Amino acid sequence: MTAPVLMAEGLSRVYEIGGGLFGKPREIRALSDVSFEIARGRTLAVVGESGCGKSTLARVVTMIEPPSAGRFAIDGAEVTPARWAGLRDAVQIVFQDPYGSLNPRQRISAILDEPLRINRKALSRAEREAKVREVMALVGLRPEFHDRYPHMFSGGQRQRIAIARALMLEPRVLVLDEPVSALDLSVQSQILNLLMELQERLGLTYLFISHDLSVVRHVCDEVMVMYLGRAVETGAKAQVFDHPRHPYTRALLSATPLADPARRKERIKLTGELPSPLNIPAGCAFAARCWKAAPRCRAERPPLEGAGHRVACFFPEAG
Amino acid sequence: MALLSIRNLSVEFATASGSFRAVDAIDVTVDPGDILAIVGESGSGKSVSMLALMGLLPWTATVTADEMRFDGQDLRAMSPRTRRRIIGKDIAMIFQEPMSSLNPCFTVGFQIKEGLKKHLGLDARARHARALELMEMVGIPDPARRLSAYPHQMSGGMSQRVMIAMAIACRPRLLIADEPTTALDVTIQAQILDLLTALQAETGMALILITHDMGVVAETARRVSVQYAGQKVEEQPVGPLFAAPHHPYTSALLAALPERATTRLLPTIPGVVPGQFDRPPGCLFAPRCTFADATCQNTPPPVQPPARGLARCHYPLGGPA
Repeated sequence: MTAPVLMAEGLSRVYEIGGGLFGKPREIRALSDVSFEIARGRTLAVVGESGCGKSTLARVVTMIEPPSAGRFAIDGAEVTPARWAGLRDAVQIVFQDPYGSLNPRQRISAILDEPLRINRKALSRAEREAKVREVMALVGLRPEFHDRYPHMFSGGQRQRIAIARALMLEPRVLVLDEPVSALDLSVQSQILNLLMELQERLGLTYLFISHDLSVVRHVCDEVMVMYLGRAVETGAKAQVFDHPRHPYTRALLSATPLADPARRKERIKLTGELPSPLNIPAGCAFAARCWKAAPRCRAERPPLEGAGHRVACFFPEAG
Repeated sequence: MALLSIRNLSVEFATASGSFRAVDAIDVTVDPGDILAIVGESGSGKSVSMLALMGLLPWTATVTADEMRFDGQDLRAMSPRTRRRIIGKDIAMIFQEPMSSLNPCFTVGFQIKEGLKKHLGLDARARHARALELMEMVGIPDPARRLSAYPHQMSGGMSQRVMIAMAIACRPRLLIADEPTTALDVTIQAQILDLLTALQAETGMALILITHDMGVVAETARRVSVQYAGQKVEEQPVGPLFAAPHHPYTSALLAALPERATTRLLPTIPGVVPGQFDRPPGCLFAPRCTFADATCQNTPPPVQPPARGLARCHYPLGGPA
């Protein structure tokens, strides 16, 4: 197997909130001890519900903020805040909302030119212009869009612009934070196809963050299921989707509605909601909602164990 | 007799750049105890048609219909005052964003009891008892304490339960749920959908579910109406719709679902939904349709018979009826 493009070990991120003048600030553990590897040209999907830490993971990997603990490396180069400036080229991000992530006062040409103007100072104006046109063609934007403003485009076209912007610096890794969640079904498939074509042509590595399991199942190679800041199950797509072992993964899969009225299935009913990340329970974070929880689950935290297909549960399903 | 029957409903908005037709000649029929899903992408007019029924559109909107009857009463001829006795009581609606549809200044209990006072004229004690009962029905733990909570103290799922409690407070005969689970996580979505269908079965009310999620439709609805660019393009019971769609748009939409994919690249629908200025003269879907010919481009299509899913198409899939 080839060396991983992106390697992370024990990544954690803690936020401190409140406290005031004399009070003790409280800790939010948004991300705890997350490790993964992604090989070149592969897609790792991170799935989970809101508050599970998937967006925090995206922010740490794109070097928007430093991890509180743990380390990660890109192509073997250790990432530390001191080396961020040199490494940020390699990881770019596409956000969920194409309406909020494009500057409404910049033309498409300026939006795409900006990364080059800042990071590729050696390029002449003509060279930058040529590069902008090349990437626009690559993502399927017509040349006449060059001087238009974002408001003149539909959601799907805007997402193409956001993808083009992320590709300007020729990154090795793209972090896709819910890239199709804001799009209509008929446009969603266009963008998913574009992402898969780009991956094949440019050998990109994707960290694909989504809550939509049917999308994840279609695009990814490996999956990491997160719950309250921790990975609870990781493995190859087929293993996780066809033989889920963590009760949470099973519940998540069974809760996803299938577009097939003939297949009425029994849903696993989860009661309750996610605990607050302010006071994460001592044992397994899922114990309060789990139908298999035993005293041991509430007392100690199950480690993520196994070879290849790893699961953090004392009483995993047979799979 | 149908509980709700709407014929030829159109809604036009006056905009700075001329009038815009958001809903175009739509028919809706709902029987007591029915579950109808209205599916469509953004801009298909699915919310606007139901807001028109509720009388919740701004003054820029012009609503026209040949018929708009609820339980035998003509909603068009009614004075606003009489209409308000039905809206919120016999017809109730829940919205997509539970967090922003609740008033942040009042407690949850106050907001649930408001309708009970206005419509049913219950006294304070009876209102409190009914509010507690409703909170229990929608599965809110510790209802007595939660009644005095403010919306910001609750999660999205809990807020949506409160919205549902408010909507069913006066035992409506028709509940309209506009994307009730879109803002929620999947495990919470499953809880809310189960709750809605259980309430529907228990009270026998009719349910109109507006959504863009085919999975939600398949698991919840009995009948499905598909809308595109303001028009109803197809209507069928849920089984046949998924098995044998008659309109090319429905068929293309189903094919674009990642879970139905057979190849790595997904089938796509090229182009985008027509806007205010590029509405085609013929079939609205013609510019994106694989089967379109010159007739489709120039002549608005007829509505096919029920055997062809009422498809608004010149050449319905499955052959001519």
